[in-house]
Amino acid sequence: MTDSKYFTTTKKGEIFELKAELNSDKKEKKKEAVKKVIASMTVGKDVSALFPDVVNCMQTDNLELKKLVYLYLMNYAKSQPDMAIMAVNTFVKDCEDPNPLIRALAVRTMGCIRVDKITEYLCEPLRKCLKDEDPYVRKTAAVCVAKLHDINAQLVEDQGFLDTLKDLISDSNPMVVANAVAALSEIAESHPNSNLLDLNPQTINKLLTALNECTEWGQIFILDCLANYTPRDDRESQSICERVTPRLSHANSAVVLSAVKVLMKFMEMLPKDLDYYGTLLKKLAPPLVTLLSAEPELQYVALRNINLIVQKRPEILKHEMKVFFVKYNDPIYVKLEKLDIMIRLASQANIAQVLAELKEYATEVDVDFVRKAVRAIGRCAIKVEQSAERCVSTLLDLIQTKVNYVVQEAIVVIKDIFRKYPNKYESVIATLCENLDSLDEPEARAAMIWIVGEYAERIDNADELLESFLEGFHDESTQVQLQLLTAIVKLFLKKPTETQELVQQVLSLATQDSDNPDLRDRGYIYWRLLSTDPVAAKEVVLAEKPLISEETDLIEPTLLEELICHIGTLASVYHKPPSAFVEGSRGVQHRRLPPRAGSVESAESPDVGQSGPSEAPPAVIPSQGDLLGDLLNLDLAPPTATVPSVQPSMQMGAMDLLGGGLDSLMGDESDTLGGDIGGSPSMGAGLGAAPTAMPAALGGAPPVGGGLGDLFDLGGGVGMPTGFYVVPKTLWLPAMKAKGLEISGTFARRGGIIQMDMSLTNKAMSVMTDFAIQFNRNSFGLAPAGPLQVLTPLSPNQTIDVSLPLSTSGPVMKMEPLNNLQVAVKNNIDVFYFSCQFPLSLLFVEDGKMERQVFLATWKDIPNDNEAQFQIKDIHLNSDAASNKLQGSNIFTIAKRTVEGQDMLYQSIKLTNSIWVLAEMRVQTGNPNYTLSIKCRAPEVCQFVYQCYEMVLKN
Amino acid sequence: MIGGLFIYNHKGEVLISRVYRDDIGRNAVDAFRVNVIHARQQVRSPVTNIARTSFFHVKRSNIWLAAVTKQNVNAAMVFEFLYKMCDVMTAYFGKISEENIKNNFVLIYELLDEILDFGYPQNSETGALKTFITQQGIKSQTKEEQSQITSQVTGQIGWRREGIKYRRNELFLDVLESVNLLMSPQGQVLSAHVSGRVVMKSYLSGMPECKFGMNDKIVIDKQGKGGTTDDTGKSELGGSGKQSIAIDDCTFHQCVRLSKFDSERSISFIPPDGEYELMRYRTTKDIILPFRVIPLVREVGRTKLEVKVVIKSNFKPSLLAQKIEVRIPTPLNTSGVQVICMKGKAKYKASENAIVWKIKRMAGMKESQISAEIELLPTNDKKKWARPPISMNFEVPFAPSGLKVRYLKVFEPKLNYSDHDVIKWVRYIGRSGIYETRC
Repeated sequence: MTDSKYFTTTKKGEIFELKAELNSDKKEKKKEAVKKVIASMTVGKDVSALFPDVVNCMQTDNLELKKLVYLYLMNYAKSQPDMAIMAVNTFVKDCEDPNPLIRALAVRTMGCIRVDKITEYLCEPLRKCLKDEDPYVRKTAAVCVAKLHDINAQLVEDQGFLDTLKDLISDSNPMVVANAVAALSEIAESHPNSNLLDLNPQTINKLLTALNECTEWGQIFILDCLANYTPRDDRESQSICERVTPRLSHANSAVVLSAVKVLMKFMEMLPKDLDYYGTLLKKLAPPLVTLLSAEPELQYVALRNINLIVQKRPEILKHEMKVFFVKYNDPIYVKLEKLDIMIRLASQANIAQVLAELKEYATEVDVDFVRKAVRAIGRCAIKVEQSAERCVSTLLDLIQTKVNYVVQEAIVVIKDIFRKYPNKYESVIATLCENLDSLDEPEARAAMIWIVGEYAERIDNADELLESFLEGFHDESTQVQLQLLTAIVKLFLKKPTETQELVQQVLSLATQDSDNPDLRDRGYIYWRLLSTDPVAAKEVVLAEKPLISEETDLIEPTLLEELICHIGTLASVYHKPPSAFVEGSRGVQHRRLPPRAGSVESAESPDVGQSGPSEAPPAVIPSQGDLLGDLLNLDLAPPTATVPSVQPSMQMGAMDLLGGGLDSLMGDESDTLGGDIGGSPSMGAGLGAAPTAMPAALGGAPPVGGGLGDLFDLGGGVGMPTGFYVVPKTLWLPAMKAKGLEISGTFARRGGIIQMDMSLTNKAMSVMTDFAIQFNRNSFGLAPAGPLQVLTPLSPNQTIDVSLPLSTSGPVMKMEPLNNLQVAVKNNIDVFYFSCQFPLSLLFVEDGKMERQVFLATWKDIPNDNEAQFQIKDIHLNSDAASNKLQGSNIFTIAKRTVEGQDMLYQSIKLTNSIWVLAEMRVQTGNPNYTLSIKCRAPEVCQFVYQCYEMVLKN
Repeated sequence: MIGGLFIYNHKGEVLISRVYRDDIGRNAVDAFRVNVIHARQQVRSPVTNIARTSFFHVKRSNIWLAAVTKQNVNAAMVFEFLYKMCDVMTAYFGKISEENIKNNFVLIYELLDEILDFGYPQNSETGALKTFITQQGIKSQTKEEQSQITSQVTGQIGWRREGIKYRRNELFLDVLESVNLLMSPQGQVLSAHVSGRVVMKSYLSGMPECKFGMNDKIVIDKQGKGGTTDDTGKSELGGSGKQSIAIDDCTFHQCVRLSKFDSERSISFIPPDGEYELMRYRTTKDIILPFRVIPLVREVGRTKLEVKVVIKSNFKPSLLAQKIEVRIPTPLNTSGVQVICMKGKAKYKASENAIVWKIKRMAGMKESQISAEIELLPTNDKKKWARPPISMNFEVPFAPSGLKVRYLKVFEPKLNYSDHDVIKWVRYIGRSGIYETRC
């Protein structure tokens, strides 16, 4: 007898016939009829009209028939709630049946009937079944609590089922324990804050014992539950790990992966120098490799997880490269995942093998796979420098195949290689240019255009090539349009004579004929740059680009941590947090790895903490679309290139002491301060806006010592070096602007230490305490080397002199004027801001005496454009006295030459940031006016050096 | 957890549909059919997300099994369950086909009700299931029988029932290995590993306690260090050839006490009755590669290829390899093939784009050769032929990993038979897994 015949009844009036059969007296006929009903139900026919007739068949001692009726009930009860009540009696009766299989069947089925009236009747039978003598009934009842909770959570709590369920964790039967754990875990997920799964060392111990005894599925439930526990210390963590590791040898891959999850998570708490930590790392590799001999679907799940594990702990699988080699018959999803992991594991040690494989893959059939393989070759080149040359030649071989998508992919990655290793592989450009016509994908076109623009000076017909793209400008994608615009501007800056027409054409295409705001804006920026200051344009557009980093496609660290907590689950397959694909509250709470062993939990003071991520996430190769950022990244090149640069993250940290107060000084441009140097497009505006927003106090600073200077004029030391000239204190912060606090100050350099001397006067009525000071980023990285030492409270009308040592290792940002310093002072009343200007001589270091030879060479080396000439008037000193005086301020005379009654003094100065300034001072006997020529690689400092000369010589 | 389980035929018609959770509606059945079964391109992933519903699928011949969920389930568990489901169905009614599924749909529903509760997998050991889910309808059971069933389904030894009796206590051990190889055209081993299985058929009375031993390097080394007293005797048992092998990793049937293996590396268990897989293992070191394939492909002009392939057998001359098959891929634009082979039969199979060369038997330390001329149709296709690797199939009567069974001891304290009374059979079969040589 076969059952397939039930699928083939398609007669009309079928329902009617079935009805008759269901009501037949013969048991066999009844059963046949119910089977037909179920078959119809399966294929999607509506047989709900038969509800009463089917339910009538429920009262039977034939278990098979009973099961079929139950199946029908589960499907249709919801649509026929009133009639479903008819079944309740039978259920309740069945729950008392002497046969445990029937008791369990009844309670299992009842839980699946989502009708309120029925659930009410379910409570009593369920309560009994939870305490049933037979473990089979208990394990079924445990799951039934979860079912009931899904229908009516309140009811479950009111009836106290949760407590009974918790008791079942201590049941003698391992399967009951496992199901109770599964049910509790599920219920706990919908109550994120409840202490439902109250995991403590005792329950954990019970779970670990049950783990050894229950079915493979039960082991998974228990391991997944264990993974939510956070051990109290590293010893507990280790002892749990020890009891979980045997699971790594289980035949069921899900058991293995869940065990890996527990270990990966708890390992976080073990100290790295512990022997056991190393043992554990070694134990993890073989089972992970074994997962790759499972069925392809499981391999896929395993590979997605290994991808996470390799990112979190690369050491585990670093020697296992070979097992990730792609097999010809692997399904495509396995191939693609293996490739990903191969790149992650690529290192100098195995690169030769990897490359040979990748080259092989690049000739396969599947387009996606081939593309990824080609891309992988490029990634290897960037990741392992030693292999770059071989990778490039492999890519060139591939380009020779002329297979369209291979060529395009190769060009995209070669562009990245050019950026990573500038001036190394440009010889291949000619080969690339040959393939220009075959490129039809935006990314490849954009990459090729970038290459042409970037190396325009080496490509004879760069203008023709770019012009050919220009013809269909409006049909190109934005990516290509932006790239073309930039490339042509680059070309113009490199070969201005022949390409004027071309650049005008592209600028008008971008600004007038395009409705894409990004394109228009970029067009305008270039246009203005080119029309106002071509030199600046050159600096901006052709500046050196930051190198690209080697690791790409890394998962963001916090997400990675969360995903590690979800190893084995869908989240780890999608590489997305559960909240991204699960509806409602269930499973949405974010999981975190336990705190790393030895780390102190947030010990920093609240003021300093929270200053953004302390570890900058690894940078990713910027995509083409980022070019605007790319462009502006370069723009501050001249000042920043000569000034020690500091990590942006450090700047963030230092800035936050005063809680962004400095930002408000800059008005609307506040974001430029927080951002990376030059990283934000509004930077230019920010710099420009600064002075206008600044207090008028600035005005007085530069011509320091005008009148006062005369007093010292004649007494100026003759013969002996005089030491650093200290400008008298000037008023920096008037009392009326700072709620009674008045600050005047000056700067000094004493024995190589920069000091800021300040007089703080309290002109208010109350005592001032809790002083602190902070500088904004400035041109030379000046920063307080220690806290502001105001030891005693400042009483009204009292003045305290303080000397604050400064360092030059602070964050750097070019200021206008160059020697401008923005300061914030805090006391118990408020935070106050002022700016002051320091004499550049503050930064002249003691070892600024240059060797004569070097001086000569350097002088010649610096282009004449950088030379600035100044007149210093009314100096009545002879050349030796002047030289002596200057030496006191670390301006060293290296040589003196007398030509036709003129003394020529050659002098050198070195700034704290190692910029050398060279000077030639012409002193003519009897003429009180000196001529000063200053040469420096950073010409913007000349003006300020001159001011120092004048100040020192006149005082 | 699993929200529902559907089985489809190749046309996408539903054969079985069982919904466990309220969040899965009838439309999920259609969503999978439309987006996966009827999808135009090849399936790119065994996990598909359609409108926030995740579908896991496996395919057996032309039957699709799909599990559906809306939650963040344990994905590995879902696949393991689907495989298990296939095993259970096969154990009940043989091959998974549309015909068999339709014929047994009532049984399948009954099984699905039992092994998946609210989407949580329950005991799915066929041995246990067969005691109370039968095709003949339920026999009325006595009270003792009932409680025996439930305790077995939920118990610690869910895979074996009590009271089994055999007149003759007998067991068969099959060491089945598949040897995998990827070789470069120059004969360099790119990767090679053996994945092995120890399959046991046990016909033993009572609840026998078994202990299995093999020439595992770690165990042998430990004993070597342990003392000289019984060392000599043991090493003799190890047999000739390699003393011990390094096992990279192994996994066990759930009957094996894992914590004992972890601490003492001893394999002890109470076996299920009948046939089951005791363990799986993997080795990569010192593998005996039974065959070496030496390819030579020459392109003569644009319309002709000359292929010569030599195979060499590399094992004891007294042993015989069987069912040897060498598969030499040919380009898609092949128009004709002439083959000459020294041994066996070779044929060009146009539908498979390959020359298939079959040899029934071949002794060790021999070699054989095939040469073929392949005529090609001229094409405009710029793309070069990808040259898939030459693959090989064979069966040899030894374990390429070098694994040897040292002992399998049986103790049944309650019944009066001893280890010596049990008749034991051991057999080694080495088969080709993915055995490929690039050309």
